[in-house]
Amino acid sequence: MKRLFLLLCSGSACQSSGALAVKQALVEAITEQGLTEEVQIVETGCMGPCELGPILLVYPDGVYYVRLKPADVREIVTEHFLKGRPVRRLLWTAPAPEPRTIPFFARQMKIVLGNCGQIDPEKIEEYIAVGGYEALARVLTEMTPEEVIAEITRSGLRGRGGAGFPTGKKWQAVREARGNPKYVICNADEGDPGAFMDRAILEGDPHSVLEGMAIAAYAVGAEKGYIYVRAEYPLAVKRLEVAIAQARKMGLLGPRIFETDFSFDIELRMGAGAFVCGEETALIASIEGKRGEPRPRPPYPATFGLFGKPTLINNVETFANVRHIILRGADWFANIGTETSKGTKVFALAGQVKNTGLVEVPMGITLRELIFGVGGGVPEGRRFKAVQIGGPSGGCLPESLLDVPIDYESLKKYGAIMGSGGVIVLDDTSCMVNVAKFFLEFTADESCGKCVPCRVGLRLMLSILERIARGEGTEEDLQQLEDIGHMIQSTALCGLGQTAPNPVLSTLRYFREEYLAHIQEKACPAGVCPALIHYEIQGELCRACDLCRRACPTGAVQGTPRNPPYSIIQDRCIRCGACLEACPFGAVVKIPGRKG
Amino acid sequence: MTVEKKAILQKFPRSPDVLLSLLHALQRTNPQNYLTQEDLKLAAEYLGLPLSRVRDAVSFYTMFSLKPRGRHIIRVCESPNCHLAGAWSVVEELKKTLGIEVGQTTPDGLFTLELTSCLGACGVAPVMMVDDEVFGNLTPERVREILRGIRGAG
Ligand SMILES: Cc1cc2nc3c(=O)[nH]c(=O)nc-3n(C[C@H](O)[C@H](O)[C@H](O)COP(=O)(O)O)c2cc1C
Ligand code: FES
Repeated sequence: MKRLFLLLCSGSACQSSGALAVKQALVEAITEQGLTEEVQIVETGCMGPCELGPILLVYPDGVYYVRLKPADVREIVTEHFLKGRPVRRLLWTAPAPEPRTIPFFARQMKIVLGNCGQIDPEKIEEYIAVGGYEALARVLTEMTPEEVIAEITRSGLRGRGGAGFPTGKKWQAVREARGNPKYVICNADEGDPGAFMDRAILEGDPHSVLEGMAIAAYAVGAEKGYIYVRAEYPLAVKRLEVAIAQARKMGLLGPRIFETDFSFDIELRMGAGAFVCGEETALIASIEGKRGEPRPRPPYPATFGLFGKPTLINNVETFANVRHIILRGADWFANIGTETSKGTKVFALAGQVKNTGLVEVPMGITLRELIFGVGGGVPEGRRFKAVQIGGPSGGCLPESLLDVPIDYESLKKYGAIMGSGGVIVLDDTSCMVNVAKFFLEFTADESCGKCVPCRVGLRLMLSILERIARGEGTEEDLQQLEDIGHMIQSTALCGLGQTAPNPVLSTLRYFREEYLAHIQEKACPAGVCPALIHYEIQGELCRACDLCRRACPTGAVQGTPRNPPYSIIQDRCIRCGACLEACPFGAVVKIPGRKG
Repeated sequence: MTVEKKAILQKFPRSPDVLLSLLHALQRTNPQNYLTQEDLKLAAEYLGLPLSRVRDAVSFYTMFSLKPRGRHIIRVCESPNCHLAGAWSVVEELKKTLGIEVGQTTPDGLFTLELTSCLGACGVAPVMMVDDEVFGNLTPERVREILRGIRGAG
């Protein structure tokens, strides 16, 4: 009889911090102590708090061990598993048989991520044991395709790939479209920097995506599906391959599923490193073996998609929601969230916030609850400044908007987007001009170049921002940024261009005074833009230890050892900050503005 | 055509939609991680596509190379989270230890250094991939250690 279950996170993040070596050590120590009959190790998908990895959750004790090293394992096995005394120094929090009492989890509502971190994603039996493929069985044996679509429509589910299009309506359009065969595509290209929810689902609960796709295929009348996954996600590819093979073996994919007339199979296709391929028409071109460039819509993929046939394309998280709606009902789902945005959303919390990682929360909670409640707020001694939400095309919202509820419409109204769910918290050490420039560099680089507004317009905006960051901007530049931004928004061919100006426009809207400081005072208030700061040595703190002079790459620091104070020759200084880092006494300070 | 390449081709159906997967597979069999002109011709003929179309596709995707590269490809994430977490010190360390710039290959043909956008492992930023393996929470010391490990394994 197994007495203890060890859930070891082996998502990509935990593997990268050494989870596999920890597993090896666990197996050895458990065998050594003769506990193999009593202890079971389960390798799971992502548990969420990635920076604490490798993570081990021990059931039924509800104990989380974090930042494990192979060397810690023996002690855990002998003290905890053998003698029942958890090793306190390695624990995340006090033992919590109910993880919901840990603040990081308390405000979350795990539906889509429910299985991630709880089951072994490479074993279909574990998925089935927690109700996997029941929804598919119910759909195939008890519901007509129309009823399935009606249920999804009634639930209010909207696409999690960014645009938030009503899923039921999309399914309906594909069902009604003329042409055969029809296809179902899962968009697993997840290119948004800072987003890794799709990866967590694919690695942690791949069958939930396959099941969602099969239900969709039945609803729209398709027999073949494709999953387009980034080549940068080899572990997700592997787990999907395993899952597809197991599902085929058990007759859950392939001909005549559950002995009905419904047949469905799925193939994997890999990308090759092009961000724009996440856009649906580009993705379809890429599956067809062409350059992954978007084309104008309409026609929409629903009528003219893969190989010119009607095609349903949904995001990973969208598909992963489907089985829950079928099993628990549209009403249950529609009860979570706000008037227009139903269910939960997975966010990737990052930046200057205490708890980072993946979190799933009901739609409609406020930014404040997300950042301060779940995320624990900004680190000690720092001040919250802005939250960048929606990926590189998202917007930056200031403190005064923290009580905005997170739903598609509210975010859009204030100049941000839901996007794929990347959330970066910025504190007072971030310069908003620099942040805007940074995101714009990304989108300008990823522009496929097919349409002029995006190709030329973004470059133009970027050159203006660079000018401002160098201290050579004018007030007219701000107006020009806004004009070009609005022009690109309304004329670009695809969503990439249409949303790319958001970071600039939203920072201009909420942090205009920071732009003005760069222009009028030639100062970067956050002390980030190198051209608009300078360094000084505070004479009363300087001990003349000579470290700063030795660290300086340009010979800009002057002074003689044991003869304070030292000083900086400003026109030789390249403002790299090496002296500030080298100084053990805090005598070097960074000051906004040029020396003048 | 080498026997090895022939075996690869035969794993794929003759349908244009496998082009990218086929190119990935061909690229991987070359120890120098790139696609030769011969490979492009093979793919075009096998799938019944004009060579120009295969060329066109290859030039679009950043993961394909027409120039020889190292046996191992190191790709450092330069997206916001990694950037904020100090990806630049990782790149500097790699440049210094390997003695090459971004985009170059070490003289011994072992490593090519590239940058990439987000690898979806932002929870452990800064992050890099070496071939198919992800490494997170990088520091200059950890980078040196990882390189030593790979060199040792050959
Ligand atoms: C530039 C660009 C990149 C995109 N990247 C992705 C992506 O990585 N994953 C995704 O699911 N959708 C992405 N989309 C949205 C897709 O075009 C499409 O709307 C989505 O896959 C539809 O699925 P949904 O209705 O389930 O959201 C992107 C759109 C644009 C314009
Ligand atoms: S930002 Fe580097 S892995 Fe996501």
